[in-house]
Amino acid sequence: MTSRKVSIEINGKTYERDIEPRLLLSDFIRHEAGLTGTHVGCEHGVCGACTVQMDGQPVRSCLTLAVQAEGHSLTTVESLAEEDGTLHPLQQAFHETHGLQCGFCTPGFLMSLEPLLGEARDFDDREIREALAGNLCRCTGYQNIVAAVRLAAERMQ
Amino acid sequence: MVTGVEAERVVGRSLWRKEDRRLLTGGSCFVDDFERPGALHAAILRSPHAHARIVEIDATAALEDERVVDVVTSDDLPHPLPRIPMRMFRIDGMERLLQSPLAEGVVRYSGEPVAVVLADSRYAAEDALELIAVAYEPLDALLDATAALDPESPVLHPEAGTNLAGEIHVSFGDVDAAFAEADLVVEERLYSQRHGAVPMEPRGLVAEGADGGGVTVWGAAKVVHTNRRILAALLGLPEDRVRLVELDVGGGFGGRGEFYPEDFLIPFCALRAGKPVSWTEDREENLRALNHSREQIHDTAIALRADGTLLALRDRFYFNTGAYVRTHGAVVPNMSVALLPGPYRWGAYDCTALQVVTNKTPAGTYRAPGRYEANFVRERLLDIAAHRLDRDPADLRRQNLIPASEMPYEVGTHTDNHPVVFDSGDFELLLDKGLQCFDYEEMLRWRAADPGPGRRRGVGVSYFVEKSGIARWEYARVAVGDDGGAVAYVGSASVGQGVETVLAQVCAEALGISYDAVTVSHGDTDVVPEGMGAFGSRATMLGGSAVAIAAEAVRKRLVDAAAERLEASPDDLIIEGDRVIARGSPAVGVPLAELIDGAPEEEEARFESPDMSFPYGLHLVALEADVETGALDIHRYAVAYDVGRAVNPQLVHGQIVGGLAQGLGGAVLEELAYDASGQLVSGSFMDYLLPTAGEMPEVRVLITEDAPTPLNPLGVKGAGEGGTAAAGAVIANAVSDALGAEATVLPLTPERVVDLAHERRAA
Repeated sequence: MTSRKVSIEINGKTYERDIEPRLLLSDFIRHEAGLTGTHVGCEHGVCGACTVQMDGQPVRSCLTLAVQAEGHSLTTVESLAEEDGTLHPLQQAFHETHGLQCGFCTPGFLMSLEPLLGEARDFDDREIREALAGNLCRCTGYQNIVAAVRLAAERMQ
Repeated sequence: MVTGVEAERVVGRSLWRKEDRRLLTGGSCFVDDFERPGALHAAILRSPHAHARIVEIDATAALEDERVVDVVTSDDLPHPLPRIPMRMFRIDGMERLLQSPLAEGVVRYSGEPVAVVLADSRYAAEDALELIAVAYEPLDALLDATAALDPESPVLHPEAGTNLAGEIHVSFGDVDAAFAEADLVVEERLYSQRHGAVPMEPRGLVAEGADGGGVTVWGAAKVVHTNRRILAALLGLPEDRVRLVELDVGGGFGGRGEFYPEDFLIPFCALRAGKPVSWTEDREENLRALNHSREQIHDTAIALRADGTLLALRDRFYFNTGAYVRTHGAVVPNMSVALLPGPYRWGAYDCTALQVVTNKTPAGTYRAPGRYEANFVRERLLDIAAHRLDRDPADLRRQNLIPASEMPYEVGTHTDNHPVVFDSGDFELLLDKGLQCFDYEEMLRWRAADPGPGRRRGVGVSYFVEKSGIARWEYARVAVGDDGGAVAYVGSASVGQGVETVLAQVCAEALGISYDAVTVSHGDTDVVPEGMGAFGSRATMLGGSAVAIAAEAVRKRLVDAAAERLEASPDDLIIEGDRVIARGSPAVGVPLAELIDGAPEEEEARFESPDMSFPYGLHLVALEADVETGALDIHRYAVAYDVGRAVNPQLVHGQIVGGLAQGLGGAVLEELAYDASGQLVSGSFMDYLLPTAGEMPEVRVLITEDAPTPLNPLGVKGAGEGGTAAAGAVIANAVSDALGAEATVLPLTPERVVDLAHERRAA
């Protein structure tokens, strides 16, 4: 298959690669850039585990071709914590409320929810659940994830 | 830092998890994150037919693709073909129904592995699957377990001579006499649908040949040491040449970690190719290939006196085990038979389980295996009886609970030829606490209020006894270094439940050191010599007990040595930081470096529990049904669970709520449904519906510690399955209450809810 040269920015770093045009963005992030914090749970856009941000907006990297990401700025879960290891308030809240168990879906939740918290306002549980409803978690029953968002939102006010 | 006296109370505290940081920051390593240089990528060609003869496999075109390295079919495997053995709960005859890693001659379910492609990338390997031409001659598919026992039906495994994989019969008391003298008999056919574990991380493996003709496999889970033994036997290698390594594991729930065809194929291909081989399944494969569970049809009845006294329970049920018997043998039907009696006193009981082969994906365990189904059956029957006797369902249950004074209570059933003996419990106390804590009276008032046109309200109650600590031993070794840091090496496994946290708590408390000073090591067969793993709510109970015993032995050795030096009583000494000191006089002490000569001080323990332990609980739900759309709105969902002792209450809470989400999924959403030709029609997340945050209610949880088990030094019972165990039962009871019609089939999809509402109108 003919390859194509792309240059994709992830977490402020540029990755130049020759890739097949059919390569999924999720595979580019994981196997070309080696950023394996982004997970692939269904490869058909339902589970949300592969969610990353493109220009600040959550996207499903399994439903996006890597070539479509050219010229855009991507961020993944690896960018959330500070360089000294301090967790992002949302990560810290997940930790404190036991908002994760196996943790496979967690990066997708974090990247889906992080822009919401940027809105700096009060959220009721219904809104939070709506915001979560595009991501599947098989371990937690979501209750502690809702609590984590509530806690992080409070702290980020 | 937690020190000294504080550290003595590590158990029982909701400490934050040790696992979280790597999982939150992308620093985790799941199997698909693990790469070996030069690895080939495998893809599995699976049967598109539920039942067919394989006439020919032609891989010529695939092998002409320059990116393809190899195509492996059953011809390339050793002959006679290896068969994946059972690891537990064998019934004679089942060995004729075991699966080979690749089909030879006949395929018996849609999704059965037929060939493996090895290529230089996963994309290329998947491309090549389409280039393999397999000529099939389709045969009739047998999908229904009752039909499969019809003498006219074809026999799927001619060498077995029957589609009956196994039969279990348990009986006590005089059932016929009890039914003859009964004032009320409730008789039903009840059906629990096929669904399963569906962990968020698909399965995967990486395998690589090792020096001396051995092999290393990364991505093992759940029963790492058992799988090493199986793999070594199937490959014809000595066990010490085979190393299995558990990485981060994205959920288990019974399905993940059993020995599947791929667990042989990937290491076999790595040895054959002389290169590392990497494989990750996609979601469709996961839904077709991972053990299914739960498909049972029960023909069942209970007999009661007019005053509500339960007299007898009779049941004959069919467990659809799919095309082959897998590693679990008969564990699922065995658990149903063993625990169907539940928390009640029965004078007589007669239960027959028929495990039946069909052309569906093979079945195994899924969280609360056999009990989820049995609880649905028993608790449904009790509610129907309560309706007919015009009794409050909670009250009818109370009347029949086994009293605390009769503990330990021998039920009269058995698991794997071992009698079921409820070790401890005060069932009535938990019922009282649960009804009070969750305000049952208020729920009944809510139910009585008018919800408006087209809406109906119902309340459901279900009581259950769970089991924990199956496969009754575990291994641990605890090592303390001269810096005061400890490592607990344990045969338990992590499936995401928090094993590294809970066992560190147990270890810290036994050593009297801080939680932060302990790490837990598990899952590498080169590091931990033996172990039983994580299944059946056993890791805390058995792994925790082994860790506690080993840690106490190390502590005693260090403290005794320090006592000699200090001429003090060992009872007055504690480990603090990197010293052993006198309690209350920290100036008096010995550095650990003077007590430990180089290598860490170590002790091993193998804890063996004389029996399983039985936690018990209660699910309560109040819900509203829309009779036009079939939608169910859960007003309140509450779970009370006695776990003996909660090492980390926040994690126990998490197990209950998370387990309940799975149970609720099984009650209203999830179904591994087949069409008449034997095709799985819910093979994607568009069709197989997991609960989202939108469907999950806020759950109230009451964890009690009223009945610690006498069977282990910690008093703990397993907490992993109670959240799931009664969800199907309680939702069905509440929907039946709301609609005034008896639900007998799960899941209660909108369609079925509407049908039930019509049934009531028709009546």
